[in-house]
Amino acid sequence: MSENIRDKAAIVGIGVVDFSTNIGRTEWYTACQCIKRAVEDAGIEMNDIDALVKHKDDGPDPSYVQKGIGVDNLLYHSESKYGTSAMLDAVLAVTCGAANYAIYYQPAHRASGPPKSLSEYRVARELKDDMLDLVRYDFYSPFGLIDAPGYVAMNVRRYMYAYRATPEQWGWVPVVLSENAARNPKSVFCKKPITIKDYLDSKMIVDPIRQMDCAPKVDGAVAIVVTTVEKARRLKHPPVLISSVAMGTAPEGQVHTSYSRKNIAELPEMASMAKELFRTAGVKPKHIKVALLDDTFIPYVPMQLEALGFCKKGEGAAFCEGGDRIRVGGDLPINTSGGAMAEGKFDTARIVEAVRQIRGTSPNQVKDADFVLVASGAGMPADGMILRRA
Amino acid sequence: MTIQYNPEKRIPHPALWGVLYRSSTPFWEGAKQKELRLQRCKGCGAFLHPPRPMCPHCLSAESEWVRAKGKGKVYSWVTYHESPNPAFKAPYAVVLVELEEGPRIVSNMIDTKPEDIYIGMPVEVVFDDVGQDLILPKFKKAG
Repeated sequence: MSENIRDKAAIVGIGVVDFSTNIGRTEWYTACQCIKRAVEDAGIEMNDIDALVKHKDDGPDPSYVQKGIGVDNLLYHSESKYGTSAMLDAVLAVTCGAANYAIYYQPAHRASGPPKSLSEYRVARELKDDMLDLVRYDFYSPFGLIDAPGYVAMNVRRYMYAYRATPEQWGWVPVVLSENAARNPKSVFCKKPITIKDYLDSKMIVDPIRQMDCAPKVDGAVAIVVTTVEKARRLKHPPVLISSVAMGTAPEGQVHTSYSRKNIAELPEMASMAKELFRTAGVKPKHIKVALLDDTFIPYVPMQLEALGFCKKGEGAAFCEGGDRIRVGGDLPINTSGGAMAEGKFDTARIVEAVRQIRGTSPNQVKDADFVLVASGAGMPADGMILRRA
Repeated sequence: MTIQYNPEKRIPHPALWGVLYRSSTPFWEGAKQKELRLQRCKGCGAFLHPPRPMCPHCLSAESEWVRAKGKGKVYSWVTYHESPNPAFKAPYAVVLVELEEGPRIVSNMIDTKPEDIYIGMPVEVVFDDVGQDLILPKFKKAG
């Protein structure tokens, strides 16, 4: 990529179907609802939408959604896997002129709903208990290394060894997130702040990963309207400029289990992504006022701070210790919606919070939030974006 | 301590069927004969693990399976306190062993308590017939 996309596209509308643990609707319904709300927020007509992009794992395909929302013709539709990487599809579609108004939507009913994709559902049905044989898992499952917390724990153990990082340090991440969540009236999970002791007393699932290290599953739906800056300037809200959006990978990658790498105590995909992200945006980490990081697994937060260049390698856990640097008012406030402690595992929700920060409507508003970073895909192909006030 | 199984539940077997994972078959055939086998590139001699269709270093598609010495060190480990699958009885540890040849493999320890495992612990391979037509390469503390 290059500077060619810097500040060329903008987010002009957001739509959310409130998060819960039992939404009681189909993903088709919530997809259409969040898109309707995003279009209203943008102040455009539904039929202005001519591109739909989605996360590959969640929700109905663009063709179904098109029928639901009554759009005549899609000039562009696509799916992308991992994190919020579909955002790059939306930006490319509008900046190169393939489409005019793109919607990035993610309805995900992971708490109550069916397995996340139909193909996975079929596999689960056919194989029942043997499903695990299918997945990567040739070399891991027979030894009982079976789930994501276990995969991640292997990297975290090594992170502790390499840099003397401790749970007493990164435990401040969920403490700060719980404080943010407690001030977010829409928080689903955490209603009052926890203490570091609460975190350390949290049940050990797979040592060194505790229950509170793992984002809970949630139901919800989010849609984001993306268009060019020229079109954005004629719309209702001041545009939220997309200064940069990027993906990143690294050699010997395998989701959460890149065990063949020289060093597994770091997130090189995130580092590659960050290099591209900051170069494209033309800013440096010190310019970022708020960072909305992938908090699916808490110990990946200090590792992201390192990979994104907010601190030196091995200093991420110390950066989090005590919480002051990552609170609102600190050097780098993170996940100001409360992140996983408020909204569970929901990558696209971080984009919504980034837009709120720039519009000045966050439940934990940061002063002069002119540059906001979103990062996703920790431990896998990474992606991110830098949004900026116009 | 050794990992305990629930005999009524099926231990997840390696997926020997399916195009994507066919390349792992020689590893598991080796385990049945109590040999730890690794894929090695015939072009540049690099060990390739997990196995794959061609060498990412020299792009040769020619590879062979060779017997590994079975010696290495614990590179990382985790301890499950809640079993994610009914076949395995918690608590149990899973280790990531760095073999002398270079590749790292996931396995379990034999006759070792989880709290006695440490990074850098010297280990050697043993073969554990866990029933259900499955022989797993595991490790014990090297003498």
